[in-house]
Amino acid sequence: MTRAAHATPATTFDVERVREEFPILRELVHGRRLVYLDNANTTQKPAAVLEALDRYYRRDNANIHRATHLLSERATQAYEGARADLQRFINAASTREIVLTRGCTEAINLVAHSWGRANLRPGDEVLVSWMEHHSNIVPWQLICEQTGATLRAVPITDAGELDLDAFDRMLTDRTRMVALVHVSNALGTVNPIESLVAKAKAAGAVTLVDGAQAVPHLPVDVRAIGCDFYAFSSHKLYGPTGSGVLYGREALLDAMPPYQGGGDMIASVTFEKTEYNELPYKFEAGTPNIAGVVGFGAAVRWLSAFDRQAVQAHEDALLEYAEARLAEVAGVRRLGTASRRSSVLSFVLEGVHPHDVGTILDAEGIAVRTGQHCAQPVMDRFGVPATVRASIGIYNTREDIDAFVQGLQKVREVFG
Amino acid sequence: MSDLRELYQEVILDHNRRPRNFGPLPDATSTKKGHNPLCGDRLTLYLAMEGDRIVNVSFEGSGCAISKASASLMTEAVKGKTVDEARALFERFHNLVTSPPGAPVDSTGLGKLAVFAGVRDYPARVKCASLAWHTMKSAVEQTDEVVSTE
Repeated sequence: MTRAAHATPATTFDVERVREEFPILRELVHGRRLVYLDNANTTQKPAAVLEALDRYYRRDNANIHRATHLLSERATQAYEGARADLQRFINAASTREIVLTRGCTEAINLVAHSWGRANLRPGDEVLVSWMEHHSNIVPWQLICEQTGATLRAVPITDAGELDLDAFDRMLTDRTRMVALVHVSNALGTVNPIESLVAKAKAAGAVTLVDGAQAVPHLPVDVRAIGCDFYAFSSHKLYGPTGSGVLYGREALLDAMPPYQGGGDMIASVTFEKTEYNELPYKFEAGTPNIAGVVGFGAAVRWLSAFDRQAVQAHEDALLEYAEARLAEVAGVRRLGTASRRSSVLSFVLEGVHPHDVGTILDAEGIAVRTGQHCAQPVMDRFGVPATVRASIGIYNTREDIDAFVQGLQKVREVFG
Repeated sequence: MSDLRELYQEVILDHNRRPRNFGPLPDATSTKKGHNPLCGDRLTLYLAMEGDRIVNVSFEGSGCAISKASASLMTEAVKGKTVDEARALFERFHNLVTSPPGAPVDSTGLGKLAVFAGVRDYPARVKCASLAWHTMKSAVEQTDEVVSTE
């Protein structure tokens, strides 16, 4: 995360070598060098991940946990090996606390439906914030409708920070769940998650952290954060799409009913009674995205091999550079100027709709996201229909930022 | 990719800057909202009908240059037309912006609307260009829902 000034220049991090590991970065887009600044949407994949997927399908492919043959054993080892990698990656106490899901969205839905249905009653409150992604709003709306609980949203300030006074006021003995984003995908705000979780716990609430936008950029230790649940996805973390993680404290997961029923989540089935499997399999019904999980494991091993602080310093320095260069473009209004922020540059260009900006940048080979970023309340809060969002990943360079700013000048030329 | 100027023609940029028939219509007999959830474009279309003729039309809302210019040019094109004529124009316009890139452009009867021919090279922008038209079609057919391009 950056503190507006003084990010340390990366010394132990060689971005050019990192770029060589990403075959897609050699693609030409509309005949131009690809400038990929849509990392908060999804990241590109390094060769280590692509090779893990390829190797899995070429050599190990079989269903897991089910057969006695060698390939099934190898597939199971690869799958469970990834679970262990993920446990280490976020410092969970045990692999029993690592539930593999189809993504971050499914992880949050799992908690909302399984924990929520069992624990929420009329009069109870679920507390989220105005900077949540829709995937940390809508599952709670659904379960509140079904249980009679009330969803409340903590406002954000003009800088895009959580309104801490409002948080303190809204956190009451009626609050059963506090579900907050770690890093905002629309604003880049890094929430003071440890202290928010501590307050929520002191008030007797259960806590869930949406870490989809945090794990690619910050080292995350779930036990240091102290949360009950932490969710993130593979595809924003240089891994394949279609896999994600729900970390949950064992005591909570143990007490929760299954989310979906099917194969692999059971110990025994008769028409009279079904015994559920132990953790974490109780929550993994059906044949999972085995290759996706294997690739996810490869991604966290790949990322963990770096000096994460050096990666962070590289990304923060780049964000700071991008912010400074963006200030040179006439008519820019930035959204999200929190004192702690990470990897995301969200803005509007006066007189030009973000969608038009996106099309013109694309013609220059520059990929950014334009729209509401699945965070409509943030757009409403700042009174804009949409924003342009450039988001930084491990392989981005100053050259990328320069091309991006030059692209914005081109937008100015077209729109006068 | 064709040149950006094919998409952002001067007529489109002009109607984006100075949309025609912009604002509510006091004598409107029909009002319809359109929404493109992908980019957040929203517009409200006002129609004043006499029998099956659109005697006046206006719009307001926020959107990208393509969607705003399309709405603006559409209001000019359908004013004074009958419902059947407006529908026929919708079909022609729709064919223009959805025909495959490289296919011959058929802009018969489209007049100024032919400036949207470049949109077909940008599949992501077709919805922007057609939002106002879908809204108009639904308004004259008097369906109840908010029009969505999704």
